[in-house]
Amino acid sequence: MPAKSLFEKVWDQHIVVPESAETPAILYIDLHLLHEVTSPQAFNLLRDAQLKVRRPDLTLSTMDHSTPTIPVGSLQELKVVSEPAAYQQILQMERNCEDFGLELRGMDSDERGIVHVIGPELGATQPGKTIVCGDSHTSTHGALGALAFGIGTTEVAHVLATQCLLQRKPRTFAINLQGGLPSGVTAKDIILAIIGKIGVDGGTGHAIEYRGSAVASLSIDERMTICNMAIEGGARTGMFAPDDATCEYLAGRPLAPRGADWDEALSRWRKLPGDDDARFDKEESIDVSALRPMVTFGTNPGMVIPVDDVIPSPTGSDPGFAKALDYMALEPGRPLAGTPVDVVFIGSCTNSRLSDLRAAAKVMAGRQVAEGVRMLVVPGSAKVKREAEAEGLPAVFESAGAQWREPGCSMCLAMNGDYVPAGKLAVSTSNRNFEGRQGKGARTVLASPLTAAASAISGRISDPRPLVG
Amino acid sequence: MEPITEIRSRTAVLPLDDVDTDQIIPARFLRTTVREGLGENLFADWRYNSDGEEVASFVLNQPEAQGAQILVAGRNFGCGSSREHAPWALLDHGFRAVISTEIADIFRNNSLKNGFVPVVVDAGIHGWLLENPGVEVSLDVESRSLSLPDGRITEFPLESFSRYCLLNGVDQLGFLLSHAGDISRFESRAGV
Repeated sequence: MPAKSLFEKVWDQHIVVPESAETPAILYIDLHLLHEVTSPQAFNLLRDAQLKVRRPDLTLSTMDHSTPTIPVGSLQELKVVSEPAAYQQILQMERNCEDFGLELRGMDSDERGIVHVIGPELGATQPGKTIVCGDSHTSTHGALGALAFGIGTTEVAHVLATQCLLQRKPRTFAINLQGGLPSGVTAKDIILAIIGKIGVDGGTGHAIEYRGSAVASLSIDERMTICNMAIEGGARTGMFAPDDATCEYLAGRPLAPRGADWDEALSRWRKLPGDDDARFDKEESIDVSALRPMVTFGTNPGMVIPVDDVIPSPTGSDPGFAKALDYMALEPGRPLAGTPVDVVFIGSCTNSRLSDLRAAAKVMAGRQVAEGVRMLVVPGSAKVKREAEAEGLPAVFESAGAQWREPGCSMCLAMNGDYVPAGKLAVSTSNRNFEGRQGKGARTVLASPLTAAASAISGRISDPRPLVG
Repeated sequence: MEPITEIRSRTAVLPLDDVDTDQIIPARFLRTTVREGLGENLFADWRYNSDGEEVASFVLNQPEAQGAQILVAGRNFGCGSSREHAPWALLDHGFRAVISTEIADIFRNNSLKNGFVPVVVDAGIHGWLLENPGVEVSLDVESRSLSLPDGRITEFPLESFSRYCLLNGVDQLGFLLSHAGDISRFESRAGV
């Protein structure tokens, strides 16, 4: 038997029809996640072709992108607070799920949330599964050893109708993480540093597998943050091999296996880690013990520096670099730290889990958001919100002057009415600093929850390390 | 889907690297439940100013780019989100192909599902196309080749099944559905 990586094992276990020179592989999908933005046209396709959803039981549906983050008690209220098109999209999702017999974790569900937060939280995300969603951040689920990747809407229809996808096998890319994280440096800083090193297209055509001595000490939440942004390095997916932490995380979750099924699952999961002599098409190493908090200065996640460095000068002739700095109203050769901040956003599928909120709250406790700074804290799911409330975290944020909201994608992509006004600078724990991502003309600096919280307090882009004991 | 054999057109040139799908079609235009009508907001934030007026310097607003069906763009075109609204918007505007030195994975997949042809060429050909906006070029899907007006012909990679589907206007869902028996056998074998 040739040595196999984690990715290759999961891939091989899901081949319905192998690939040939003429046709791609038919790959079976164990879990299909649906949300309201990228599914409506897929349901239309099914209606036109008079097709049913093949496996409603392998489909998990929620609403997250265009949902308001201010509390709504009724449909009428939802209509009032939402833009008409967003409201229609929410209604259409309800209708589609009803018409096709799908359970929907909708506006009134206590299991609703960002699709990439609730999958793992419910225990639906499991090692060795193939997971897809019409959303590029589906790679998040790779943190538990799943092969998870984003697809387009036509492919959403393919999976709804056949539970399968046509896929060519991607190449493999090992990223070795060595050492332990210094205080004040987080998983977000690891992935930003990786993207800074490999570039926003460094992973194109590849599936990343994170390996190395640093992995064992990373929590599942931290691994999710790192897998989440694999796509920002161009990769189809990012994965961590399942270990004891993965099994502990999943034990007892509502959709995780139980009883004899749990024991059977554990023995399957233990066989998934890649063979020691597995080969990869590409390799890269990062010493995480040498990392500092990372912040972006440009208009893609690869334009990133340690918070105490100066903004680099352009190299080569890429007109994009000057355009990015012009858009950001920043100058090369000057420090990024100290730049005034207008908005701070803590949330998104990258950093909205309980551990992220705890980290931010620890920095915020007993301190105040600087005058003139608007800060939004948006939990990733209804469950995260409940748990944070049980720990008293909202009180910490609110007494500091921040707003505590209902779960959803919110200001990460500004589809739901939460946005950064034109020209304003936001320090955001989300995943994309593209032009206009958080609102037309918005200037985004990506950072960890610690850096975001520290920047909210000082009103300037700030190194969180002096505030973290 | 209509069969596509050849696309012959003048080019429009957008020389930036890493053009992401948020630029191609900003998220606020994704609050739609249909795929039609997105062309109006293609590159909306580069194409229109805050008053909604056309930005004269942006390529799509220049007279010579009108009617161009082939976009030449910088490296790593279509990176970012999985929104299929990006190729829908390009097609709705009238583009039928993009030429770059690198095209992001999900965007490439989405494009091929909609008859929008992603073409990757080497830096030499690409550089020439960037420097000569508006030239008439021809893409031949059958031979996977790009012909330049100076007579140069270069091949581009196009996965064989996608090429077959483009040439014959085949819907890939039909192909998957024809394997229903294999899928059922897999499900019983794997116990899913």
